[in-house]
Amino acid sequence: MYSCEKIAATLSREIDGALKKIDPDVVALLEAAKEEETNPRAAWALEQILENARIAACGDCYPCQDTGIAMLFVRMGCNAQFDGDLGDALVRGVRGGYRDARKSMVAHPLMRVNTKDNTPPVVRYEITAGKGLEVFFLAKGAGSENMSGLRMLTPSKGREGVIAAVTDIVREAGANPCPPVLLGVGIGGTTDLACELSKRALLRRAGAPSPVEYDAALERDILDAVNALGIGAQGLGGSHTALACAVETYPAHIGMLPVAVTVQCHSARHAHIIFTEDE
Amino acid sequence: MARIIDEHTDPATLTAGEEVLFSGVAYTARDAAHKRFVEAADGGEPLPVDIRGAAIYYAGPTPARDGEIIGSCGPTTSARMDDYTPRLLDMGLKFMIGKGKRSPAVIDAIRRNGAAYLIAVGGAAALIKSRITECEEVAYPDLGCEAVRRLVFDKLPLLVAIDCHGGNILS
Repeated sequence: MYSCEKIAATLSREIDGALKKIDPDVVALLEAAKEEETNPRAAWALEQILENARIAACGDCYPCQDTGIAMLFVRMGCNAQFDGDLGDALVRGVRGGYRDARKSMVAHPLMRVNTKDNTPPVVRYEITAGKGLEVFFLAKGAGSENMSGLRMLTPSKGREGVIAAVTDIVREAGANPCPPVLLGVGIGGTTDLACELSKRALLRRAGAPSPVEYDAALERDILDAVNALGIGAQGLGGSHTALACAVETYPAHIGMLPVAVTVQCHSARHAHIIFTEDE
Repeated sequence: MARIIDEHTDPATLTAGEEVLFSGVAYTARDAAHKRFVEAADGGEPLPVDIRGAAIYYAGPTPARDGEIIGSCGPTTSARMDDYTPRLLDMGLKFMIGKGKRSPAVIDAIRRNGAAYLIAVGGAAALIKSRITECEEVAYPDLGCEAVRRLVFDKLPLLVAIDCHGGNILS
């Protein structure tokens, strides 16, 4: 039996911690980019991004003011039992985790009155065998999410079409998503699943290749194509528009080739929490 | 060493691509405050701050913690303000600080009004926070993080992105 009180408290603590630091794997990629960058303006931006990460890590403060819309990817065993309402516990966890953060959510997309506690989160559930419970938290900032996109290609466009679609989306984004970015690419399924896969791709360790060799090669080719655009850090030029690309795929209909791209800014803030049951 | 500028600097002396340090006053305003500025101007009402000769910083900070004057405060995407900006430039706004490219209408308005668009590093919110020495909420407190705040900066690192002579490093 899982305690919903404990789930909410743990989630709050982990979200608070995640919002105040940049993923160390991303910092390592940024440091490598800074070493390689020969464009002086892009180097100016990369140096500030790294200095910012150091200040945030030392000062217990938010590296980016946009602490994002909270996304929770819940992986739950079909035999897991709870002493209360899990959905409510997740909302309370987000509310607590964002207590000191910016309140960036409005209750209706057109009426736009702030909810003042950064709820509700966007929640995706995945049911597995057993009794386990894991939550992946992703803070999704608006600047980069507004540049994410979906293309419904025809199957004849193939691998080259996928690379061109991703490159087009990144080209259109320009400096807006705070490059250098991370790219999550979802291919296959339906419109909604491709988009979800593009988010799930970002849950993988930054820079780690897909375990599927075909997809790993595609990731490398997308990264090369995107970095050849010359947008560079903050749109100032140079060779580091993206730091990494992660591809996730799903079977597709014989008449469809959906490609979704989630653009994630360099301020990558996320957490992976594995919960344990109470005795 | 980068040149130190403030809101009184003549924008015509700035060249796109130039690195500067901003040590002066700027007002925060995002989408919601811009909408109200333009609605006030349309209604013949005075704006809550005098934007003539002023600098606007596109930002909405995290809340200040106890003992601090402001939270993390990086730039937001300037393009979302593009629909409102030419109007404000025609009213005398001189500097905009944000991130990302601007629309042709904004670029034209920068040229015809002798203004300048400067960029900060997106996502460098903790670094930028450390360069803010004063913060006072001056308008629209109901907007929360989107309220208008008067900020005083000490050596905020910026690049001149669009100048009034046709220079544009983001084109």
